[in-house]
Amino acid sequence: MNQPKLDLSPKVSDEVRKTTCYMCACRCGINVHLKDGKVAYIEGNRDHPVNKGVLCAKGSAGIMQVNAPSRLRAPLKRVGPRGSGEFEEISWDEALGIATDWLAPLRKDDPSKLAFFTGRDQSQSFTSFWAQNFGTPNYAAHGGFCSVNMAAAGIYTMGGAFWEFGQPDWDHTKLFMLFGVAEDHDSNPIKMGIGKIKARGARVIGVNPIRTGYNAVADDWVGITPGTDGLFILSMVHCLMKAGKIDVNYLAQYTNAPCLVNGDEKSPEFGLLLRDEDGKELVIDRATGKLTPFDQKGVKPDLTATHRHAGISHRTVMQHMAERYLSDEYAPESVAERVGISARRIRALAAEIARVAFDEAFELNQAWTDFRGETHLTMQGRPVSFHAMRGISAHANGFQTCRALHVLQILLGSVEVPGGFRFKPPYPKPATAHPKPHCRVTADSPLDGPHLGFVHGPDDLALKEDGSPARIDKAFTWENPMSSHGLMHMVISNAHAGDPYKIDTLFMYMANMSWNSSMNTRGVIDMLTDKGEDGEYVIPRIIYSDAYSSEMVAYADLILPDTTYLERHDCISLLDRPICEADAAADAIRWPVIEPDRDVRGFQSVLCELGGKLHLPGFTNEDGSQKYADYADYIVNHERKPGIGPLAGFRMGEDGLTSGRGGVNESQLDNYIENGGFFVEHIPDGANYYKPWNAAYQDWAVGMGLYDSPQPYLFSLYVEPMRRFQLAAEGHGDRQPPDHLRERIKATMDPLPIWYDPAPENKVDDFPITALTQRPMAMYHSWGSQNAWLRQLHGHNPLYLPTKLMRENDLSDGDWARVTSPHGEITVPVLEMAALNENTVWTWNAIGKRKGAWALDEHAPEATRGFLLNHLIHELLPPKGDGLRWANSDPITGQAAWFDLKVRIEKADAPAESQPAMKPIKSPVGQGPDTLSWKVGK
Amino acid sequence: MTTLPQSTNRKLGLVIDLDTCVGCHACVISCKGWNTENYGAPLSDTDAYGSDPSGTFLNRVHSYEVQPTQGEAQLIHFPKSCLHCEDAPCVTVCPTGASYKRVEDGIVLVNESDCIGCGLCAWACPYGAREMDAVEKVMKKCTLCVDRIYNENLPEVDREPACVRTCPAGARHFGDFADPDSHVSKLTAERGGMDLMPEQGTKPVNKYLPPRPKDTLSESAGDIDILAPYLEPVAQEAKGFLGWLDKTLEKL
Repeated sequence: MNQPKLDLSPKVSDEVRKTTCYMCACRCGINVHLKDGKVAYIEGNRDHPVNKGVLCAKGSAGIMQVNAPSRLRAPLKRVGPRGSGEFEEISWDEALGIATDWLAPLRKDDPSKLAFFTGRDQSQSFTSFWAQNFGTPNYAAHGGFCSVNMAAAGIYTMGGAFWEFGQPDWDHTKLFMLFGVAEDHDSNPIKMGIGKIKARGARVIGVNPIRTGYNAVADDWVGITPGTDGLFILSMVHCLMKAGKIDVNYLAQYTNAPCLVNGDEKSPEFGLLLRDEDGKELVIDRATGKLTPFDQKGVKPDLTATHRHAGISHRTVMQHMAERYLSDEYAPESVAERVGISARRIRALAAEIARVAFDEAFELNQAWTDFRGETHLTMQGRPVSFHAMRGISAHANGFQTCRALHVLQILLGSVEVPGGFRFKPPYPKPATAHPKPHCRVTADSPLDGPHLGFVHGPDDLALKEDGSPARIDKAFTWENPMSSHGLMHMVISNAHAGDPYKIDTLFMYMANMSWNSSMNTRGVIDMLTDKGEDGEYVIPRIIYSDAYSSEMVAYADLILPDTTYLERHDCISLLDRPICEADAAADAIRWPVIEPDRDVRGFQSVLCELGGKLHLPGFTNEDGSQKYADYADYIVNHERKPGIGPLAGFRMGEDGLTSGRGGVNESQLDNYIENGGFFVEHIPDGANYYKPWNAAYQDWAVGMGLYDSPQPYLFSLYVEPMRRFQLAAEGHGDRQPPDHLRERIKATMDPLPIWYDPAPENKVDDFPITALTQRPMAMYHSWGSQNAWLRQLHGHNPLYLPTKLMRENDLSDGDWARVTSPHGEITVPVLEMAALNENTVWTWNAIGKRKGAWALDEHAPEATRGFLLNHLIHELLPPKGDGLRWANSDPITGQAAWFDLKVRIEKADAPAESQPAMKPIKSPVGQGPDTLSWKVGK
Repeated sequence: MTTLPQSTNRKLGLVIDLDTCVGCHACVISCKGWNTENYGAPLSDTDAYGSDPSGTFLNRVHSYEVQPTQGEAQLIHFPKSCLHCEDAPCVTVCPTGASYKRVEDGIVLVNESDCIGCGLCAWACPYGAREMDAVEKVMKKCTLCVDRIYNENLPEVDREPACVRTCPAGARHFGDFADPDSHVSKLTAERGGMDLMPEQGTKPVNKYLPPRPKDTLSESAGDIDILAPYLEPVAQEAKGFLGWLDKTLEKL
């Protein structure tokens, strides 16, 4: 036998540079292998806290993103009509000159004429700082159309939510339950966690109308009726409370269950919590029977007490909860039909949760001291953990549904305990420790504070003196009072309508608003191109920054081309959406591991330059010169407060390098690079559970600069700020809602979780099928489907129909169907899928492409067979006949209710391509090459 | 015709856990990246940005729906690459000796300089695990990252196939099946690891771990009321519940 001699130790690369991935929002650490200065191979960084060496398909395909033919090459000025794709390349000097000429007069006279919205921005603490310095109230990122319900419900309820805010205790959990998690979210950590717990025999339950991805490997799959998760959860709450399967000690010690609710119906404080003069919630101490602030040493809060005063009974939150949730309204038999899960199965699932939480409970031998000064010798474990994402939040009842899930977690005593759900620094952080929204505009001056935040009552709404909305997206108004992330999906339609006012310039970053990031895509395109009687565009100016030739490029007047993620500086900051673990604080950087070969600049560096040209205070030195040369300069030298900068690692202390609080270190980025692109500081043993109440954690967090002083707090089963809005709707207070919103506010702003059905408003009687989307694990946002490797995995997107609907409509795989909603109609190819809720259809999101975009051939399957469901979804609900148009959003937060879409389906003759087929746009970058066959360095 | 070795010193291969594979394609793309840059000709893509893109992949993930006679339908993700068979028909069919099985570790490889691109081996493989590269016209297949697993330029911890290193769910395991104490041999024994299509007589080295039983808390699973004692009521209504709460607090 003649075996050839192989070189078994070929040289792998010349150099490995470690940076942070940006192929989705996970922000994994990557090793970029270079040969001859070019990217040759990308793998996961084993030392990195997020991915510990693994990397998903997107991450490994990053090399094709750096090579992508769709990369923009130079600044562009529109020369044809909007939407034509006709541009000329201009210099950066000219581009920045145009932007300055447009923006300077706005700032001087009325900064609110600028609307600055950044889509999948990972530098929100920076972009918001820029917008604040410009002085416009009109800033937000994409949270409002993504998952604000999840984030806001978590923060209002327990001071943190899933994903960036927290994670299951993968090392100890024995039952992991997922609700509505699409395949792409928290991509690698969830896969790693599921692999880890399955390896030791722990079980996974998936609640999702669609059985793919994580739900495909779940031990039990619950194919729930979309939009009914809240009712299902509250039914389990009913079962668990009725059986006493709740953690009574935990509820008494760490939640507002024992807090007393004002029972005086005539009082303007009816329904608010009783507080002392310092504003501390009052409880009755079982030891003394007396009213006392909750946080006093030795207090044993009573869950069942009633405080009687002046003939009025004030009862505990727990009593209100018992009254509501023990009602037969929530019995499994009452809800089974609506949720599509049998009563027996609801009971079995609740019983399994009870069994694991209480029969498989354990203790860690770790002493800790709570905020009342009491030392506990062990840590009580409750090994049931949960995770949820957009599937439950992108409904008009999403906020209350997310709240219901957190209430379930808290009743079990499984938050911040071993085996349960754990926060990641800087969380836990209650809503009261976050900023409030700011909106006061002064000509030629910065805004009066941060744009986004958490409201605690009507006084915090972003309203002008005449009561009209201060923000173009109408965030923090009576229509959606708790809209903590803004409402990016309403910006273009409001700007077009001039409601609440007209703007001059729309400035956007990484947001494909003329395609997959908007509801009502066709309508949005019309708004972007609409002209007034004067022949001028209704939205006068549009500036857009993107790295790629996306569909949105064609609709802007000025394009500022961004770099790819391997050609730029970034910081994954504790001030923003950090990458911490439950046991550690962590942050990270991106740095230019290669230099751009095009005339492009990192968007954040461009903002530093624009900030200087516009003389924005935060971006200008006293002598009027530009303060930060580029984003890297800002990352190192900016201090938000003394000693607190964008990066927490490698700061300068009195005796050398330090973490958390510390002065500017000019070598900070080099230190990060030497450390693999990230920084980790571990939480000491004994401080790493019970964080909201653990004195050792609170002290550590103060030392790290996460808080300025210890901030222990109670979990809010009862969310008092919601009650303040109800009180206003009932007529209390000076700031009053418009009459047409009173009843809705009273009904929806319930301080205890409720469930209501969004289906009737979406005309479910005529459109009985729910249509959903999710992104695949191997693709993220729109840019994945022009990646030469990834598009071979998902090059087009059929509409998946359950077996029942296929048969009813006489459909076979490959047939076409007309899908009609109250708003529109599409005709698309179908495929049968059995593992699917029988009244639900779904497709992959953001695979469909506009002809001419992304440097793809006009005959690419993404453009001919791919499609968007967005054409079926309107930003407004169908007319109800009351003369008003209501937003297709959650009435509490304004979150876009993507998943409330109702449709009907009928077989259609096969068209030549998916309908509606839109005409091609001219590509500003030409078309990609035919064949790829290459080795770097050969 | 090419002969197989009588036996190999080691039997290197993969265990793929179908209970945890979420179908994310991480292994597919990591493989594409490593093997474009390393062993033999690059893995090309034709019509890369066009109407019918088609590239060479050494590893692909297929998804199959399973509809049990009772109970919910299931979706199984099934990654597939060369199984490095002991009786590899792709080797014996090769007219030039380009396809061969290594004596030292059992890895099946193609010596590209001897490959005439006739495609017989791909026809002979019952698993469809070989792909002809459309640009180079040579046969490509999984090398088990032979240029990683012994590579002294890599840290020892990284001397494993790219697909194993990258798998986020930890569903892929690499090792020596000739060693009964190896991690892969033990996993196979514990979890009932299976051959793919054993009736083909190819004696595949790679093994698949079957999915665990699913939906045990569903109506189709039979007696799901077995957990009912956990929900035995402490009270029927709010008042009784508060009494129970009070007693429970008293005991604490």
